[in-house]
Amino acid sequence: MRIAALIVAVLALAAAPLAADARDDAKKQVEFGISVAQRGLWREAIYRWERATQIDPTYAAAHNNLAIAYEHEGDLTKARAAYEKALELEPGNALIKQNYELFKEINDRTTR
Amino acid sequence: MIARRVSLLGSVAAMLIAAACTNSFEIPIETPIRPKLDVAAFQRVLVAGFIAGGTEDVDGNLETTRLLRSQLRTKSELRVIDSDVLPLQDVATEGRNGDSGGGAAAPVPPPIKEQKDLEAYEHVFANIEYWKRIGEEYQQPLIVTGTVLFTPLQRNQIVQREQEVYDSFGRRRVVPVRTYQERKGFSLDGRFIFIDGRSGATLHSESFNEQVLYNANQTTPALSSYFELMDRLIPSFLSTLSSQKIKGTRILLQ
Repeated sequence: MRIAALIVAVLALAAAPLAADARDDAKKQVEFGISVAQRGLWREAIYRWERATQIDPTYAAAHNNLAIAYEHEGDLTKARAAYEKALELEPGNALIKQNYELFKEINDRTTR
Repeated sequence: MIARRVSLLGSVAAMLIAAACTNSFEIPIETPIRPKLDVAAFQRVLVAGFIAGGTEDVDGNLETTRLLRSQLRTKSELRVIDSDVLPLQDVATEGRNGDSGGGAAAPVPPPIKEQKDLEAYEHVFANIEYWKRIGEEYQQPLIVTGTVLFTPLQRNQIVQREQEVYDSFGRRRVVPVRTYQERKGFSLDGRFIFIDGRSGATLHSESFNEQVLYNANQTTPALSSYFELMDRLIPSFLSTLSSQKIKGTRILLQ
């Protein structure tokens, strides 16, 4: 029993740096995506943020940014899914909520 | 005591670290909206006219036709046909009398004051032969028609306003106060109907309802209220026929 607990603890400790590495890699993609989006290169930004969500699927900011880019490209179905994923990961994030509310207002107008 | 201070400092530091780590960037975006209706088959649009009723201060048929034509001229790729506004109310009444088989004329429908009064005229929109004839006359355009009911509104409701209060030290504060108030305004109800000028068939229709209320002591001309309410409907109307770009801002997160 003790040995099993020890193995679990060792595995958890070993996995922690891996998760941190994934987040670091994803963060680099997110940062690059922001810099290109600010220059109007939204396709490149989408590629970067999609990579970020593949590297670290738990990165709410990457899903939020991806949702904004999809919205800008007019792909409202994908935008909704990405916003919902971001909110699922960080339900208390006021900025994601605000983005989602603004998106919903437009989306509702098109389906009215 | 010291433990509490340490704990307080700890939570303040945690908040500052969180704020420093959470970088956010505001970015302008333009969301393209695809049209609800495929109008590729049409080069021209005829805003034919509306069955309108409600207050007599605004001619709903004339004003709506004029407003939609001017909006379509600037914000749609379709060529707008300039023509006299169709007297659809008369057409609907004549249609009913014609259906009575040449005997005694059918009773004239009552003036349109409320929603149910519109029912007596609605049959005109389903008259495929009539719309086909109009379509042939104007070289088979997309036809826009429908109903408009612009009625006065009066409602007692709770409103929130700000009130100045002074405490025992003479300090001024502004507090929200909820009061029951009589409000007056207008309601704009109706339906936009899009008809295929080649077949006379209805392609799409959408209903709308918008209301505006003012303080009872405020005098707002009916025509101003009508345009205020139509302003809210125009984006939805235009997005039926042409792609639109909605400007806004969002927050990118790091």
